[in-house]
Amino acid sequence: MMRFLIRRIALLALTLLITSVIVFALTQLLPGDVARLILGREASQEALDNLRVQLGLNDPIPVQYWNWLTGFVSGDWGRSFTSGSPPIRPLVMERLGNSLRLAALALIFSVPLSIILGALAALREQSPLDSVISLATLAVVGLPEFVTGLALINIFALGLGWFPASASANAESLGDLLRQLTLPAITASFVLVAYIVRLTRAGVIEELKKPYVRTATLKGLSRGEVLTGHVLGNALLPTITVIAISFGWLIGGLVVIENVFSYPGLGRLMTTAIERKDIPLMQAVVMVTIFFYAVANLVADLLYALLNPRIRLE
Amino acid sequence: MTWLIEARGVSIDYRTDAGWINAVRDIDLTIAPGEIHGLVGESGSGKSTLALALMRYLAPNARISAGRILFDGDDLVPKPAEAMRKLWGKQIALVPQDSLAALNPSHRIGDQIAEIARVHDGLSPSAAHKLAVEMLRRVHFNDPEGAARRYPHQLSGGMQQRAMIAMALIARPRLLILDEPTTSLDVTTEAAIIDLIHDLIHETQAAALFVTHNLGLVAQLCDRVTVLYAGEVMASGGVSAMFTRPLHPYTISLLASLPRPIRGTETRLSTIEGVAPAPTQRPAGCVFAPRCPAAVSICDQKPPIETVGEGHLIRCHRWREIETGALIIETAPTALEPNTLDDVLLAPYTLKAIHLHKTFRRGGIRAWLMGKRGTKAVDDVSLSVRSRSTLGLVGESGSGKTTAARLIAGLETPDEGTLELLEMPLSSNLRARPVETLRRLQMVFQNPNDSLNPYRSVGAALARSIRRLSETKLSSVEVERRVKALLAAVRLSSDYAKCYPTELSGGEKQRVAIARAFAADPALVIADEPTSALDASVQSAVLNLLKDLRVQRGVSYLFISHDLNAVSYLADWIAVMYRGQIVEEGTVDDVYGFPSHPYTEALISAIPNPDPTIRTRRIRLNEEPDDQIPTVGCRFHRRCPRKIGALCETDAPPWRDAGGQHFIRCHIPIEELRAVQSENTLMTESG
Amino acid sequence: MGRLISTLTRQPLTLIGAIIVGIFILMAVFGPMVAPYRYDTLIRGAARQPPSSAHLFGTDRLGRDVFSRVLWGAREIVGLPALTTALSVFFGSALGLFIGYRGGWIDEVVSRIMDSLLAIPALILALVMLATIGASQIGIVIVIAILYTPIVARVVRSVVLSLRSMGYIEAAKLRGESDFYILFRELLPGVLPALVVEGALRFSYAIFLTASLGFLGLGVQPPSPDWGRMVNEARDSYTQTPWALWAPAGAIALLIIGVNLLSDGLRRILRYESSLV
Repeated sequence: MMRFLIRRIALLALTLLITSVIVFALTQLLPGDVARLILGREASQEALDNLRVQLGLNDPIPVQYWNWLTGFVSGDWGRSFTSGSPPIRPLVMERLGNSLRLAALALIFSVPLSIILGALAALREQSPLDSVISLATLAVVGLPEFVTGLALINIFALGLGWFPASASANAESLGDLLRQLTLPAITASFVLVAYIVRLTRAGVIEELKKPYVRTATLKGLSRGEVLTGHVLGNALLPTITVIAISFGWLIGGLVVIENVFSYPGLGRLMTTAIERKDIPLMQAVVMVTIFFYAVANLVADLLYALLNPRIRLE
Repeated sequence: MTWLIEARGVSIDYRTDAGWINAVRDIDLTIAPGEIHGLVGESGSGKSTLALALMRYLAPNARISAGRILFDGDDLVPKPAEAMRKLWGKQIALVPQDSLAALNPSHRIGDQIAEIARVHDGLSPSAAHKLAVEMLRRVHFNDPEGAARRYPHQLSGGMQQRAMIAMALIARPRLLILDEPTTSLDVTTEAAIIDLIHDLIHETQAAALFVTHNLGLVAQLCDRVTVLYAGEVMASGGVSAMFTRPLHPYTISLLASLPRPIRGTETRLSTIEGVAPAPTQRPAGCVFAPRCPAAVSICDQKPPIETVGEGHLIRCHRWREIETGALIIETAPTALEPNTLDDVLLAPYTLKAIHLHKTFRRGGIRAWLMGKRGTKAVDDVSLSVRSRSTLGLVGESGSGKTTAARLIAGLETPDEGTLELLEMPLSSNLRARPVETLRRLQMVFQNPNDSLNPYRSVGAALARSIRRLSETKLSSVEVERRVKALLAAVRLSSDYAKCYPTELSGGEKQRVAIARAFAADPALVIADEPTSALDASVQSAVLNLLKDLRVQRGVSYLFISHDLNAVSYLADWIAVMYRGQIVEEGTVDDVYGFPSHPYTEALISAIPNPDPTIRTRRIRLNEEPDDQIPTVGCRFHRRCPRKIGALCETDAPPWRDAGGQHFIRCHIPIEELRAVQSENTLMTESG
Repeated sequence: MGRLISTLTRQPLTLIGAIIVGIFILMAVFGPMVAPYRYDTLIRGAARQPPSSAHLFGTDRLGRDVFSRVLWGAREIVGLPALTTALSVFFGSALGLFIGYRGGWIDEVVSRIMDSLLAIPALILALVMLATIGASQIGIVIVIAILYTPIVARVVRSVVLSLRSMGYIEAAKLRGESDFYILFRELLPGVLPALVVEGALRFSYAIFLTASLGFLGLGVQPPSPDWGRMVNEARDSYTQTPWALWAPAGAIALLIIGVNLLSDGLRRILRYESSLV
């Protein structure tokens, strides 16, 4: 198990390394002169040259990459190009906190509900309940968040007035925070619920067909005992992976939702950085997102291995 | 006679898109306490459906449409699920086919066994666990405490099946349903499980239904037998009567078609024409009539089931004629031109494989992640096949026999070793082999279902092979002529050229695959378990075909099989493989007549003989997990019943010449092995 | 063809999906021809008109006919994802066939890189790439095709791995067939069902991404009518012209539901279980 852990972490590092190359390469290709972008149109040639030296823009690309990578790993994420050149790390960390809060709430909304719905649909396969659940999730699974988000705002904020139409990070109390985050969290849940329900349903149906379920039934166990004692444990194993991956996905997938609700999270920061061609900020946001995504994958793998004796005892 | 279970007129239907389909019809079946009742049938005969239905366990889309199933006088058919739950596990238990799949992968073995005792007998967890360990001891686990703590995937196939048996017996059920419990196991493991089942049933006096397609197992284990064909009972009765004086044309033909471990004149096996009908295409009259050699006009009407004698039932219009001898079912096999001893011993070599080695190394990041190392599949294997003769390569799963064949075919590249075909060097790299070589070496694969591309018609597949392997460019008329000739050679009509593989039965697909191997004029055909996926009644025809083609086309075979009966029928030479090495090699008569290596001896003694009057001496081997193969000394030493001492653990055994081109890899001197063998022969005759 | 129709009638949801997708394809092809106005025509004095017989979906705050804009926009939202899907299916299946069949270190390296690429959330990667090469129709197509090629390749590769050891492939090797023949004549037919199902799934997600990018302002650039952008633009004047928001939003929803119904039906007809990702 220890070897498994070490190897998985090594693989994670490799993945991050490759992705960092991809991200750096992509951002290097961005059009425009970075120095002029920072200093503006009226800057003198001398000032531009000085800045270029200061930023290391004249170094060969691999050297620039190495400096960026080592800086990034040691916690020096550079300064934003925007006016005042604020340091990036505190900014990203604050936004990350906001996004994590929203993602956590979305998971709390969606996971228990979707596992119950998925299992119910599978146990009543081909029943009207199953048809309704399957059709509903099929309809929702690919809907862009801005469609569902705007629909929710229209109904619950503008229509009923239960929740605010936008969400800010400054809440007076926990209740206020929940009120602000509910609509964006539900929006995120739509996609998640549809996705997890479909996977859970497929998993349970497949599990029910396995011969050990017949063995359990022919032990004289009741249907309930067979399900809780034998089927669900095995059927939900893959779902654990899905949930962990969903968490990582949420961190990156909140871009649209945060824009719909004007919520100051990592996704909003990303779109802002792109609009302003703020390269260091973009790099930081993308790398943090990838890091969370990869860690979520790692946690998923480890959980799966821990709960599955076949892997645990390899 | 008081029956524990008594099925009367049972019919079972399945619901499909096309409506209800009848799977089994009008079944009578009775089992007394302490009796082991065999239920025999080919795939699709409905035997598993029937066996589970006797437990009142049905697939969600199935129903019992007629009949009664009396368990201890109590009809199970109308019982609600609640009531059945009290019987399942407690009174009636199942030992299923695939034990790994039948065990919950994430629960410990001990807990899974103990669960029944907790549910039915209200035992405390600790008492139930103790009982579970005791049950594991009774099914011969060396370390029952340790096994109870393990997960299913940590046990070998045979151990999983023992655990399943322990689970089934823990609540002392009165009826045990065994649904092909040994089908996926090696023959030596199978023999040990069969012994265990035999002993436990006689000890507990439970009634047992033993479902199988293997007539040999029935002959060795069962008291009575019911033969199922196309969903109906053909015959039923005591095993000795059924096997020694069969009265139904189906049972007569089936028994005659089995290859038996008896050597003598070269003959064809008796065969049954055609294939069993699908459930939707069963004839209205006698279901066997379309394939029956004795069918007459009356057979268009359904024959009634009649009592022949004490507990002997039969469903045939003509059984009386058969009984009196007025009707003789023609099973006399036609003779073949035999290979003489000189042909076998002195013919030139078609193939020589010299010192082949192959280790499968897992490369790449993923293998590194999983921590998988290499496994030595073939360890210094030399084989030779003589012209116009057959070398049977025998071994259990994991012996490396398939890898050896693939090395010769060029589908894997050996780490070391050389090959010669027709006394010319043969490249081990398939890409480096010219067409002139490719056309002389072809292969027939194990699984008929993936032998043929499902998206290509039979004719197109054969035509492609003919064109590719031809020496000259052929006209399309000529190709078409050759396709027809090939189909005719494998006894298929030319209409089959238009068929796609999904429209063919397993036996027909395998015939096409054989035809493809003969598209040019092969000198050597490698056949990797070509009949292991086929039903008994189909297998004999394929074996005959292979034998006929050898005579007609002058080809040599490397025939790989775990079925020693099939090998003994087809082969002139036998090589026995164990854990990557050849342990014995010689002519069939030498190896079968005087099996000298202790492993060969055990292997042959484990063959279930389809003759209940012959009880062979039984040598039972312990199982050994794949990852615990000894790396020094003799690989067989931990399982060997004739181990002579520390020498076997430390020194690799020598390759000894036993005379007459018979070789043995063993420390025991040849003379001693011979002496042991003649002792065996005496014991078999007297016992 | 007859069999296909009879299968479809037995699966009404698939049929509905096919009809919806069919309608949108017709819209994409003929939309501009039947639209009453051009997408950029400002109708004098007709700003902020609610839906009526003259303006089926009303007009937006600038006085453009929303129905016409939706019809014009269909070409982009159907056409670009279709092109994207075609490209990713083509390159993905070529790549998947190659690495799956070859195996060895090439497979290891390519798979590793693809896994890393897939470790970046699609939308984020798309945003960065679009920021790099600039938002344009061709940019969207290239970016999404790059994102989805590895996904298709992975699916194809796994099918090839399962087929590679089949007897009929080995038989082809034993008669000396070229790699090209084995790949395209023996393996490809077996991969097709998976490819069709995966293609339909990719199409659905490509629409999703294209629309989302449009909404974020990185999609098709104005004045071309992009449904995602239309939704975003209509937000500011939502209280006055809600129809300008709901018409394109509803069209996106309906299109995606139709594609999902169709792809789920294809999955069932072809009996292929995709990874669902």
